[in-house]
Amino acid sequence: MNAPQPRAATLGRDRATEQVLSAERLSFAYAKSGTTFEDVSIGIGRREIVCLLGGSGCGKSTLLRVLAGLETARAGTVSFLGQPLNHPHPRSALVFQQASLLPWLNVFDNASFGLDFKHQPAIEASARKARVREALAAVGLAGREQAWPAELSGGQTQRVALARALAREPELLFADEPFSALDAITRAEMQRLLVEVVHRWHAAVLLVTHDIDEAILVADRILLMAGKPGHIHRQWAVDIPHPREDHAEAVTTLRMQILAALRATTEGAAPTLAAAPAPTPTPTHS
Amino acid sequence: MRMFAPLILPVFGLGLAGALWAVATLLLATDTPILANFAPVEALRAFLRLVADPLMWEHIGVSLQRVAVGLVVALAVGVPMGILTGVSRAFAQTTTPLFQFLRMISPLSWMPIAVMVLGVGDAPVYFLLAFAAVWPILLNTSAGVAQLDRNWLMLARSLSATRFETIFRVVLPGIVAHILSGVRLAIGIIWIILVPAEMLGVSAGLGYFILDARDRLAYPDLMAAILIIGALGFALDYAARWLYQHWLHKR
Repeated sequence: MNAPQPRAATLGRDRATEQVLSAERLSFAYAKSGTTFEDVSIGIGRREIVCLLGGSGCGKSTLLRVLAGLETARAGTVSFLGQPLNHPHPRSALVFQQASLLPWLNVFDNASFGLDFKHQPAIEASARKARVREALAAVGLAGREQAWPAELSGGQTQRVALARALAREPELLFADEPFSALDAITRAEMQRLLVEVVHRWHAAVLLVTHDIDEAILVADRILLMAGKPGHIHRQWAVDIPHPREDHAEAVTTLRMQILAALRATTEGAAPTLAAAPAPTPTPTHS
Repeated sequence: MRMFAPLILPVFGLGLAGALWAVATLLLATDTPILANFAPVEALRAFLRLVADPLMWEHIGVSLQRVAVGLVVALAVGVPMGILTGVSRAFAQTTTPLFQFLRMISPLSWMPIAVMVLGVGDAPVYFLLAFAAVWPILLNTSAGVAQLDRNWLMLARSLSATRFETIFRVVLPGIVAHILSGVRLAIGIIWIILVPAEMLGVSAGLGYFILDARDRLAYPDLMAAILIIGALGFALDYAARWLYQHWLHKR
């Protein structure tokens, strides 16, 4: 069971591609509601786990969808491996809150779903099978390949969804609150598993979450998103060694910092919302 | 013994209907002697004779083939139209009033036009059956598309699926249960339309056999044909239901 080798050819490129993903000055607005987020710039390095943390309605999920190429920004650019991104990139993968397994396919076929699509890099059937088997083994589902989704628990279906993403050997894994529908124990298991497998697969991760502990446990870098329209309020580099449960003091300190920053955003937001009319992008806006 | 317990009441119901049939023919035959020919004993005797008659099986075969053709045509038209209705609001808005209008016209009303346009033979029968069967399939298909899990479509998009891949790998398998329940309704409708449709300008089939039995004054045969039609319809519906359940269980 070998994890995919680091791709030496791509590692040696120029500095611009050292980042898997870079987004400059993104804004987004849905047609019917106001601006969702504004002037957001994000870079994600190779193998970096970035957590986008924020309360509900701050636009973090929409930001993820824009970065993943599922939605088009109103302004700004997204580039993936140095190329402008217009569609979901074959070297990226997504995991959502719902596992969204297809009930008419067994576990194996769910995990390999999409690998043979036209816009995916062509791989031989035998290589595809090997990849899927390896991904399923990595998430602890070896031997359950023939099971139907209906026979699995919530945690197991999310494992299949993770395997489906890993089988694509992604350069970057987008995860939108992937564990928030799970019970606390399963969630902790899955958080550990996520860190383990993305390290083995040499993938970078953008994890959207509203769970501060989840962000602290898995992230290399935490971006706090807040405001209406949303923007990146603060960020922290997390250099606590894994497993982080063993470093309670450092974890608690960071936790308090993040909580304080969160409180500042909500306290700061309330008066401005009451005093000023809807914030509009103007040249004076800092 | 316990295994047969669920059959007791259904068998009793059928037996009761048979008894009422016997009593009715007996009473009516006192005034109109010819009605004695319609009695259950005569019918059963004719039934046993016809079931052993290869010619009868030819009629049955022709009828079942028409059911199959009508159903296939209805599926070929109804499923794509249903998917279109489900995915395109404009298409749905354009066609819904028209479909609701056409759906309420008894298919048999088209019979004279069908014969004029398609000529005498199987073609107008196929047309009538397909025309009757297309609505439940179309409506169930579009309802299925409307109820598809949005996350599956998002998944397809995140995998850069083409439109073709989205339809054939996600949408179609996702709505099989709906299509199958449409098929079950369609089979019921086809089977009901079949007999009158076969009374126009064809020379085989169960509908033809009924008219032929009447013209031959072979009334026991006529009653036996009615029994055969009922039994086959029951079997067809059972098969469709089994297919539906089988698919659901697999999931």
